[in-house]
Amino acid sequence: MCGIAGYCGGNIAPERAADHLRRMVDALRHRGPDGEGILVRGDAGLAHTRLSIVGLADGAQPMATADGALALTFNGEIFNYVELRNDLAARGHRFRTTSDTEVLLAAFTEKGAACLTDFNGDFAFALHDARNRRLVLARDRMGVRPLFYTQHEGALFFASEIGALLALPGMVAEIDPVALDQIFTLWCPIPPRTAYRNIFELPAGHLMTVEDGRRTVRPWWQLSFPDRGDAEPAGRFESRVEELRALLADATRLRLRADVPVGAYLSGGIDSSIIAALAARTVTRGLRTFSLTFRSEEHDESAWQRQMAATLDAQADSVECTTEAIARHLPAVMGHIERPILRTAPVPLHLLAGRVRARGMKVVLTGEGADEIFAGYDLFREARVRRFCGRQPGSARRPRLFQRLYPYLPGLKQQTPEYLARFFAFGSETLDDPLYSHRPRFRSTAAAKLFFCAGLKEALGDYDAAEDLAAQLPADFRRWHPLHQAQYLETAFLLPGYILSSQGDRVMMANAVEGRFPFLDHRVVSFAAGLAPDAKLLGLREKHVLKEAARGLVPAAIIERPKQPYRAPDSESFAAPQTPAYLDTVLSPDRLAGSGLFNVQAVDKLKEKVIRGQVSGFRDNAAFIGILSTQLLRGTGAARSTEPASSIGIS
Amino acid sequence: MSDETKAAIRTFIVENFLFGDNSHPLPADLSLIDNDLVDSTGILELVGFLEERFGVQVADADIVPANLDTIERIAGFITRKQAA
Repeated sequence: MCGIAGYCGGNIAPERAADHLRRMVDALRHRGPDGEGILVRGDAGLAHTRLSIVGLADGAQPMATADGALALTFNGEIFNYVELRNDLAARGHRFRTTSDTEVLLAAFTEKGAACLTDFNGDFAFALHDARNRRLVLARDRMGVRPLFYTQHEGALFFASEIGALLALPGMVAEIDPVALDQIFTLWCPIPPRTAYRNIFELPAGHLMTVEDGRRTVRPWWQLSFPDRGDAEPAGRFESRVEELRALLADATRLRLRADVPVGAYLSGGIDSSIIAALAARTVTRGLRTFSLTFRSEEHDESAWQRQMAATLDAQADSVECTTEAIARHLPAVMGHIERPILRTAPVPLHLLAGRVRARGMKVVLTGEGADEIFAGYDLFREARVRRFCGRQPGSARRPRLFQRLYPYLPGLKQQTPEYLARFFAFGSETLDDPLYSHRPRFRSTAAAKLFFCAGLKEALGDYDAAEDLAAQLPADFRRWHPLHQAQYLETAFLLPGYILSSQGDRVMMANAVEGRFPFLDHRVVSFAAGLAPDAKLLGLREKHVLKEAARGLVPAAIIERPKQPYRAPDSESFAAPQTPAYLDTVLSPDRLAGSGLFNVQAVDKLKEKVIRGQVSGFRDNAAFIGILSTQLLRGTGAARSTEPASSIGIS
Repeated sequence: MSDETKAAIRTFIVENFLFGDNSHPLPADLSLIDNDLVDSTGILELVGFLEERFGVQVADADIVPANLDTIERIAGFITRKQAA
């Protein structure tokens, strides 16, 4: 796990090129405090900051093949590098180091980009081929590791983080209004777009080749589901449970490969519990676990965490995250996240990664990904209930199911069926709408655009982020079961665009901690995609097959407890008397007017409502955190850039 | 129903759900839900306001779009409640 950067093309003088690479290395040092290197060769340059986890003594980068033909800067892990190394050695490759980096070089020498499909891992890398004057950028299947790029000084520059690109002289940090609209609707930008204008992201599972100044980008892996009606034969469920258990055990075993100790996050839910239980079987001298606790009952899961840690006899550590800490740390966290967020949930995870690091550890396993691939989120159940209600729109009884779905939302308890029906809008959408599952979320989020200023609204015109998303869907999407369509939307967009980035890589790597995600092993992902919908969501029982696979590993009480989505206190963290002093500065009328993004008067009233502790609804919470994070981001980005941000506009 | 009642309701909606944004079109027959002006907690805020401002008691069964989804309907609902 590391930071990578570099460039290709542009006829940049060697000294200037080296200076550019050093600037990017400086901006990425937090990702790799254990070492760094730069390499300029021909019209390309590669840079690397290293967090040593595998091949501690001999894995320095950038690394070249013995003949100098290929050079590589690589962020991440190829967990099956031991097996790949043996195969390659059998084919005559000689290895000089014990690192997975050299395995990647050998695999590429052997098979070219086709080697990617052999990799079981999380990675982003840049590989320079001197003989063919070609640069290859690639990113792992699920989008665990980030990779951004921009065109600057006639060259393609790339880096693990946007901040490294903004460190280049002459780069301007400018919020992209279309990305802002996408985030204020979908919770994340649609790749390759990022929050910044003219800075792009290589989408998950994609490959970019730069040759003779020409760029081609293509997917090398895509999430797919069976056609609707291609049901699994009956009677296979029991064997599927066994298969899943074996796959998860192997995915976890591979992710324990490291030359440093590996710990585990423990949320108190089934996902992290099953991973920790599988890890605890292998880890000698006791597994170390790390958990977040909150003072508010609606967010806290500490009783479940204690139960699971006791079951594993783990060395358990926890961080209590207060509302005051959330407010205090948000500005620093925004500097790492580099995109507006609508929830404060990344902040506690930043503090948790800090604790991991403070305990001298660099690697943790987490249960991330299970809710996407096994249909754990409430949204999947909600979509099923909406379809159920939509078939009998006059029913007074059916809408009551929504209250069962969201027992933790007190606002719903007092609603009549008539209002529930309207809030979940099951009468107004066609059942074959490809975004059916996500419409209520997109709609309630987009309501926060109320706070966009007139200029931004005018610039955006009739742009519709949801329709833009619908246009990105694969050709066979319409042939999939509705649950699989919903899973695709969640897994292909929100997972890399928010969960794995803002709640994952960025807050972990800010502390030089590497997260590893057994549920996102491509074998597990493909297995889950191929399951019949009812194996995942049986009636309203979420993650059915996973719950069965967890028996014997996780206490029954944890398997059967109602799902509690991970959330953190949002606008309440900013209420008096602990309102942070920076709020008045960051949301001052001058700063707001200067950004040209938000309605100054409306934001001021929202801020006052937040300070009075009176903001409770979804829209206003999302709007407040969205506006505050955007303004903080703008401050951070502008501070990093060498020129002030100019006014907005759509390119 | 009085224009005063409608004006008070409109002012509450503009201040609380539109955060003072007077530029948003708000005809008396505009659906508050379909235009994303209120969500499930917003409805409860509205009910709290009606009880305090107009001295009426709003029963759970009263909280339906037929009574509360437009300024027109809310004003009619208040008039009926006050007359009862």
